[in-house]
Amino acid sequence: MTGEQIIFILTALFTLGSGFMVVTSRNLIHAALWLVSALFGVAVTYALLSAAFLAVVQVVVYIGAIAILFIFAVMLTRKDMRDQGPQMNSNWWFGALLSVLVFVGLFFLLQGWSGMSRTASAIPAGFDAISELGDALISPDAYVLPFEVASVLLVAALIGAVYVAAFNRK
Amino acid sequence: MSFWNDPLKIAADWLMGILTGWGMPEIAAQILIGFLGIFVLVALLMVLDIFLVWVERKVVARFQDRIGPNRLGPWGLIQPFADIIKLIIKEDTTPGGADKVVYNIAPMLSMMSVLILWAVVPLAPRIIGVEDLNIGALYIIAAGAIGTLSIIMAGWSSNNKFALIGAFRQVAVMVSFEIPMLTMLLIPTIFAESMGLNAIIEAQDIWFVWLAPVAAVIFLIAAIAELGRAPFDMAEGESELVAGFNTEYSGMKFGMFYAGELLHAFTFGGFMAILFFGGYRFFGLEQVSAFLAIAIIVFKAFIGYWIIMWVKYTLLRIRIDHMLGFNWKFLTPLAFVLLMVTALMNALLRDTSTWIYVSGMFLSNVAVGWIALEVARAYSRRERQKVEGAKKVATT
Repeated sequence: MTGEQIIFILTALFTLGSGFMVVTSRNLIHAALWLVSALFGVAVTYALLSAAFLAVVQVVVYIGAIAILFIFAVMLTRKDMRDQGPQMNSNWWFGALLSVLVFVGLFFLLQGWSGMSRTASAIPAGFDAISELGDALISPDAYVLPFEVASVLLVAALIGAVYVAAFNRK
Repeated sequence: MSFWNDPLKIAADWLMGILTGWGMPEIAAQILIGFLGIFVLVALLMVLDIFLVWVERKVVARFQDRIGPNRLGPWGLIQPFADIIKLIIKEDTTPGGADKVVYNIAPMLSMMSVLILWAVVPLAPRIIGVEDLNIGALYIIAAGAIGTLSIIMAGWSSNNKFALIGAFRQVAVMVSFEIPMLTMLLIPTIFAESMGLNAIIEAQDIWFVWLAPVAAVIFLIAAIAELGRAPFDMAEGESELVAGFNTEYSGMKFGMFYAGELLHAFTFGGFMAILFFGGYRFFGLEQVSAFLAIAIIVFKAFIGYWIIMWVKYTLLRIRIDHMLGFNWKFLTPLAFVLLMVTALMNALLRDTSTWIYVSGMFLSNVAVGWIALEVARAYSRRERQKVEGAKKVATT
């Protein structure tokens, strides 16, 4: 077992454990903070894959914006931070079944995939991942269309939010 | 390559030789040396932090026409150590109903969010924390996100309304000022064609402040807001909120927030120097010796820190709605326009001579800033007339 594998297993356990705590923790703020640590674990996984840009964006977007938004929403909407009711509803068996099926399906799908047993080829020296990514996002034969569609969607959401906030006051 | 040019590499090689000589496997020795490097950097920063307390108190005193600490040691230099002893022996209180774990983690996260910034700071041409990290500029914002988190954790877990209000205000400030800051980080990125801080420094044959003075000013404003220092310190607002998010903290836990804030201010002074004032470069002196390069960047960081202090002790606190309005209605649009103009000018002037490039950049930057100020002035004149009626201001 190499050092990288040990770090990966620790990170994966940390991420999964935090994810488990998110859904079982009774205190909503604690759940949100566990979510932060789960997201941080994902960022570490990206860093292990030499995707430094994705790792940092994960921290900026998910921890810096989305998790903070979650915490704000919880604080502004709840009077009592402890959740009193039962944590499962009567459909729990259906959810469990679905997640087991998805897990088994993914497991067998990945088992049959040849990439599973191959070791990743080393990244050549001087390979600039971030400029490759930038080129791919704006070159017509790569991802320019999805990129532009996503930005138009975001602008539409932004204008919608401003409209709701500014003109709905009666 | 002599010791004076690349001390870290020589020291690491020397240690490596000793450790492998003792029969340690090479990978373990490498990890140990890595940890040792981090430890030395953090230890030096913490010692620097102790003296920053003294610097800050002395400078405030000068701005307020006082003398400052002057009893312990020459010029009061031993005062911070007395402060530390006091902080350590103070009772460590936890308010009733506080969320203990979160309450105790928050000060650590706050200090950590500052210390991890130094992982990307290039101290000298070959002394860099993480080498070849080509996303240094984004990393600054990511560390700021962790700082935001620590503040909201502190405010919420204290079980105190003042602390919570302070945390809300501070988070509102940090989340909104992150946008002009990130935009301004992109301007040196355009000039240097890289996000790595070392590449940005190496591209500064001419300091970027001459190419983009308005961008440097906006970055400074956003940095002060990110630090939560006056005039953007409504999170502390001692006249209304006791001490804001750190109201309930005592002893060394409070000390962590306080020391973290000082080191944060110094660090952003350093980032000002790196992004706009040439970092460790000073007329080729940085090539003479790595230690000289470190001295240059620390000196420049202290100048940036001094400017931040100057602003803090000169200006009054701004009301929160004014501050958010200032950010969203003035600073953010200005930052976006500035970024677009800079990118366009860069595309147009790229192949011209250095002098045309620099003067074109400088003029377009100043023009954008001037137009923005004129628009803001016309708008505020109109608003003032609405409130005061059509009263003329000293025209007759």
